[in-house]
Amino acid sequence: MSGRDEGGARRERFASVAAVREQLHSVGYLADDGLSGVVYLADRLGKPVLVEGPAGTGKTELAKSVAAMTGARLIRLQCYEGLDESKALYEWNYKRQLLRIQVEQGAAWADIEEDIFTEEFLLTRPLLEAIRASEPVVLLIDEVDRVEIETEALLLEVLSDYQVSIPELGTVTATQIPLVFLTSNNTRELSEALKRRCLYLHLDYPSVEREREIVLVKVPGISEQLADQVARIVRSLRSLDLKKHPSISETLDWSRTLVLLGIESVDAETTRETLNLLLKYRSDIEAASKELGATAMTA
Amino acid sequence: MLDVLTGFVAELRRSGLPVSVTEAADAAEAIRHVPLEDRQAFKYALGATLVKSSAHWRAFDTAFEVYFSLRGSQYEIGTDELFGTREEDVPGGVGAGEVRERRDGAGGLEAVSPEEIAAMLYRALRDRDKAMLAAVARLAVRLYAGMEPGRPVGGTYYFYRTLRNLDLDGVVERLVDEARGTVPGDAEALTPLEERLLEEEYRARVEELQREIEAEIRRRLVSDRGAGALAQALRKPLPEDVDFMHASREELVMMRRAIQPLARKLQARLARKRRHLRRGALDFRSTVRHSLSYGGVPADPRFRHPRPSKPEIVVIADISGSVAAFARFTLHLVHAIGAQFSQVRSFVFIDGIDEVSRIFERCETVTEAVHRVNQEADVVWVDGHSDYGHALGVFRERWGRQIGPKTSIIVLGDARSNYHSPEAWVLKELQQRARHVYWLNPEPKSYWGSGDSIIEQYAQFCDGVYECRNLRQLGAFVENLV
Repeated sequence: MSGRDEGGARRERFASVAAVREQLHSVGYLADDGLSGVVYLADRLGKPVLVEGPAGTGKTELAKSVAAMTGARLIRLQCYEGLDESKALYEWNYKRQLLRIQVEQGAAWADIEEDIFTEEFLLTRPLLEAIRASEPVVLLIDEVDRVEIETEALLLEVLSDYQVSIPELGTVTATQIPLVFLTSNNTRELSEALKRRCLYLHLDYPSVEREREIVLVKVPGISEQLADQVARIVRSLRSLDLKKHPSISETLDWSRTLVLLGIESVDAETTRETLNLLLKYRSDIEAASKELGATAMTA
Repeated sequence: MLDVLTGFVAELRRSGLPVSVTEAADAAEAIRHVPLEDRQAFKYALGATLVKSSAHWRAFDTAFEVYFSLRGSQYEIGTDELFGTREEDVPGGVGAGEVRERRDGAGGLEAVSPEEIAAMLYRALRDRDKAMLAAVARLAVRLYAGMEPGRPVGGTYYFYRTLRNLDLDGVVERLVDEARGTVPGDAEALTPLEERLLEEEYRARVEELQREIEAEIRRRLVSDRGAGALAQALRKPLPEDVDFMHASREELVMMRRAIQPLARKLQARLARKRRHLRRGALDFRSTVRHSLSYGGVPADPRFRHPRPSKPEIVVIADISGSVAAFARFTLHLVHAIGAQFSQVRSFVFIDGIDEVSRIFERCETVTEAVHRVNQEADVVWVDGHSDYGHALGVFRERWGRQIGPKTSIIVLGDARSNYHSPEAWVLKELQQRARHVYWLNPEPKSYWGSGDSIIEQYAQFCDGVYECRNLRQLGAFVENLV
């Protein structure tokens, strides 16, 4: 929390919540009020954003779009089990250090030691890179729920103080506060310490209207009527009790296919035939076709 | 402003949300950056800083609606119009002047008849006119809810009374019927798919209306009794804290939704735990052999590969009416994380007992399986009242031999055996054979042993008897089990 106000060189990236929304729209990401509000606050408060929600609702896409619209470089840290300091923060370039020691054989050890622990021999990993960058960057820490709880602690210093402590070198502090996005699929509860440092944003499936807009923006050559139908059918599928509901990306895949097939208007038959684009479990597909078939019979 | 915020944060904590001091400070900081007249932005600023889990959003939403309800000029409720005398003495929230055009029709409130409301409702739903929907909600509440000042209620009663008078199903039906007739190019009727989609569209609009009505009722209640009192009446437990025995239908749906992520989380955590249990016991032979290369000094101790055994689980669940919900959730959870056990067998009983493991194996989804258990299992022996003694006796007779030293038995039930003989000796015998016997009781501990509860008699033959009233306790138990 310290250094938020004393940062000095901070400049504000966005004028207002509405400006955020418009800029996001201009790079093809349709945001609702809540989303753009949180992005706006993240900039103003200098806090990271923790984005949670079902798969395929545009969590990663959000970070990419923000990077695109601010013209910043996107630095991405993909999390996985077993991620450690040397992959996330920094590592010493041992090979070069060894070479250096060999070259300087005969020199006093104190000199060598001073020599080999300099920035020249430091390999920066995503977190340190984001901190040290002089140009604007957006840091994306993807699927943070995949690392172990103990590893989460690595992130804390970076996220709250925007600095990295390297024992041999001292503390590296950020010259400018990057926008940070963390995404999580919620496979486990994140630690309180991490959550406390972040703004929280829950991305859910969009409303029909928003989904229709998204389809219209992302799928070239789709008619408004078809987009509307697509959005409604997808809503209908999401109301069923399925293992995995269709996500936005699957909606888009489906719409693209429909356009490619030259279909003007979707009926029950086409839906059933192309259902495997929306649903990825056999039991889901069966349940959905049964449901769609059942309505056909009752009428 | 700060006072309202502190009150709001205190209310969130009372509803069980973990709001830290830092987060409250962040919230105060955040609202400095958003325009106060933009109610949505204000709400999200608070939400992003105070709520850190999507399961808590509903509680936040309720509290927010109460503490920062709309009191702009167009929401002004004339004191005479409402309850007669009371002035608005609520702690000043944000008078959020959401810009909404004011309808003339909604202005002249006095002379509206039920027919006119119905007509307005119909038009609003058909054209999706948001302003009109809001107006209808306000009129309907005024006309139908029959609110009385000073009563300490949460408003649910008023809500249903209003809905009953509006006949929403009828309107939706009429709209769908009409659409059927007026499709461009009359000749072809709507396809079933289109009809379904259309109906869902109207239903969604109706839900919008219901939200408006709820908000309107809350608004009125707040101005009657103050935010603090109303928030207390509305306070609902978080999904993981809902009591199994007293859950409403809506809460059950919520819990069913909560159980999937819970199972997934448990699964991930257990799998991780198993993997990280690295070290086995010292392998003496191997250590000595390796010591030879160090001249007989055991410099390199060797350990056995750990083989954490997966327990075998036998669940015996009482599914009689009073504890059915509890049994359902527990079976659901245990089977959802079945991969963590070498075998899961489940038995259900009321006064007869039947094995249902096969149903779970055959069904694709656990929800479906639970549904079929209720239909197919043969659990009634005489009269369909719980008889623990008889059920346990039959269990021992038919499946008792299959209980071995690897088996953990979990009995689910409130041990209210309707004064039948407890036959506790059966449990004693099972305990001797099995690795563990646990008993999960969905009743609060203070009720145990009262009335026909014979939990005390069984407890002496169990390795543990646990109170298990909500998903949180259930999750904790299952985690310790592995």
